[in-house]
Amino acid sequence: MLCRTANELYWMARHIERAENTARLLDVTYRMALLPYETIEPGLAWAEPWAVPLITSGLATDFYESYQQLSAENVLRFMILDSANTSSIYCCLRAARESARAVRGAITSEMYEDLNSAWLEMRVYDYNRIQSSGVSEFLDWVKMRSHLFRGVTFGTMLRDEAYHFIRLGTHIERADNTARILDVKYHTLLPSAADVGGAVDYYQWSALLRSVSGFESYRKIYSDVITPRRVAELLILRADMPRSLHSCMNFIHETLRVLCDDSSREIERVAGELHAKLRYGRTDEIIKLGLHEYLLEFLDSISALGAEINTRFLVPG
Amino acid sequence: MLASDGSVRPHYQGFADWLHRTPAEKIAQKREEAERAFHRVGITFAVYGEDAGTERLIPFDIVPRIIHAAEWRLLEQGLKQRVNALNLFLSDIYQQQSILKAGVIPAERVLGNSQYRPEMQGMQVPGGIYAHIAGVDVVRVAEGEYFVLEDNLRVPSGVSYMLENRKMMMRLFPELFARQAIRPVEHYPDMLLENLRGVAPAGEDQPEVALLTPGAHNSAYFEHAFLAQQMGVELVEGQDLFVQDDAVFMRTTRGPQRVHVVYRRVDDDFLDPLAFRSDSMLGVPGLFAAYRAGKVTLANAIGTGVADDKSIYPFVPEMIRFYLTEEPILNNVPTYQLHKEDDLSYCLDHLPELVVKEVHGAGGYGMLIGPAASSAECDAFRARILAQPEKYIAQPTLALSTCPTFTALGLAPRHIDLRPYVLSGKTVNLAPGGLTRVALREGSLVVNSSQGGGTKDTWVMAG
Repeated sequence: MLCRTANELYWMARHIERAENTARLLDVTYRMALLPYETIEPGLAWAEPWAVPLITSGLATDFYESYQQLSAENVLRFMILDSANTSSIYCCLRAARESARAVRGAITSEMYEDLNSAWLEMRVYDYNRIQSSGVSEFLDWVKMRSHLFRGVTFGTMLRDEAYHFIRLGTHIERADNTARILDVKYHTLLPSAADVGGAVDYYQWSALLRSVSGFESYRKIYSDVITPRRVAELLILRADMPRSLHSCMNFIHETLRVLCDDSSREIERVAGELHAKLRYGRTDEIIKLGLHEYLLEFLDSISALGAEINTRFLVPG
Repeated sequence: MLASDGSVRPHYQGFADWLHRTPAEKIAQKREEAERAFHRVGITFAVYGEDAGTERLIPFDIVPRIIHAAEWRLLEQGLKQRVNALNLFLSDIYQQQSILKAGVIPAERVLGNSQYRPEMQGMQVPGGIYAHIAGVDVVRVAEGEYFVLEDNLRVPSGVSYMLENRKMMMRLFPELFARQAIRPVEHYPDMLLENLRGVAPAGEDQPEVALLTPGAHNSAYFEHAFLAQQMGVELVEGQDLFVQDDAVFMRTTRGPQRVHVVYRRVDDDFLDPLAFRSDSMLGVPGLFAAYRAGKVTLANAIGTGVADDKSIYPFVPEMIRFYLTEEPILNNVPTYQLHKEDDLSYCLDHLPELVVKEVHGAGGYGMLIGPAASSAECDAFRARILAQPEKYIAQPTLALSTCPTFTALGLAPRHIDLRPYVLSGKTVNLAPGGLTRVALREGSLVVNSSQGGGTKDTWVMAG
């Protein structure tokens, strides 16, 4: 397969996945911002929830360059519609569609039609329309488009190299996004140390779980109160949780085994090493090191792996 | 659709009956469905000039253009004959030049033409084929009487519309296809691939074909991607290819991979910055050297533009007689060459009756349609002709056939032309059909999509 084609496919998948994760993050933020905290714990002001998606995505600096005030409207505008924010849902859908258009021959016509119609629909949204039809409604639409795209890909595409590069892009992006979402809790301050384990703490953890579709799974697996330790276990180490780091690395390692030949064994080894750390890792160690520190290390490793994939397969020198 | 006495021509009867039976709302609904589907599938073309960078849909009309079997046979023979002669002409002028020596065509007209490529002189191309894909524009003026407007031998486009229009019609009106014997065109990509493989450099059993596109911003990009996908070959841009030891390779995720045939949709000038325009970012450095070394085939060959140039066009009937010793089956439109005194003065006297075109123009840009032009427009054009008469040719306006077409005011006759695609390789072949373009403005004769033209499905009846 052409390197240029592989590059477009990989980024097409990453952009769709990023749009979905951004929608998840905003959805949960939106729900949390609606909760009547004053009623739950009188006297407690809620730490500003609209800062969370900005911190998670590492976009706070970019945001304050164009917006003066942190408000629901500004964050939604910035994360959904802003054409200057390359990670906005608008830009992600545009980039995914542009990539698909550039490599139409490598994907099925259903896949292109799907991304093209997602983009055509996205173009008619403005802030008023999103407000009037409901923010959650819009974010559900983004998630549905991403599900649809994955389904169309899974259901129509030949299991060739193109498919593997798409899968690689999806899971590299998802691993990165899940780690960032999980790290949010570290950045989200509680009103005071005494609130650890309180109602606000509980809502923050459950919101986090919901944002990665993990709330119901958590209940199924643990049938118990939400504790940070178990959330970490669920989203980092459990292989059966489709958005966990372990699950993502399963896919990444497996895909690289197919894509690598003798000249690229080193990438496969690096991925294998990272995979092994998750496969044989223990929750105790994560907690001992500190969840935040553990996630930072993981983000560094996954970004280094992404850089390797880039120079070996996508944009060779 | 109608004969001169107003009756429905027999091969249109099936469709006419259907049209009569079907309620207007149902037809309106089908037309909307077609428009939506074309948008979703993304069959668009980029527009140059105004609104540059936007994508537009070519209007599609659901009334098919129908050609009966006997007429198609004649057309097919005529097209094969003409493209054969044009390939023989190209082979001749880049080698022995016997037609020039015989004085059939003035040598300076060919050798001094800006589309003539001296770099191609003396070079052997596989099978002696230069124009592997030709899109010949023809118009019908009476029963069995076709005129050729243009021989497009460089990088003719539009064949994807032939295929997509058919797909759309079968989706919208399956019952029409079930009831009538309409010859299929869907196998065109297979024919094309077969044709391209057949002209690979000698000794290649499993030739690798790639389609070279200028990129996603080209107006015909949709078609490039579509054809590459339908043929199952790589769609490459210049940056994806490189030349080493005169062989052409693609950069792939598994390392360099050899390419033997390049179906290029990039103009001659931009193919190789080392051989032609040095500022080209679209080409592949060293491609021409590889071509000359016989290690890669380019389809179409370099330098075919001289044969479809409007100043050479008047000589095509002579070429057919010279190379094939046959009488031309298809007519040429009488052409006034304005560098000639007599033609010029006739033309200036009859401007309102004539179509005046730039010799090197294409796409319906820079032309005067006399009958539709105001006297001010005629005067303006007159001044341009007088300034550089050699830049122009003129032709009488033909009574082009019309086909019923949906307009804002309902069904009305509109002028149409036809571009069949002729494939030359080991054999000469064409799919039964082509792209029918329709001038959507009342009375207009210009069918180019860049000038408000639309398209129709083209049905060639079996039997």
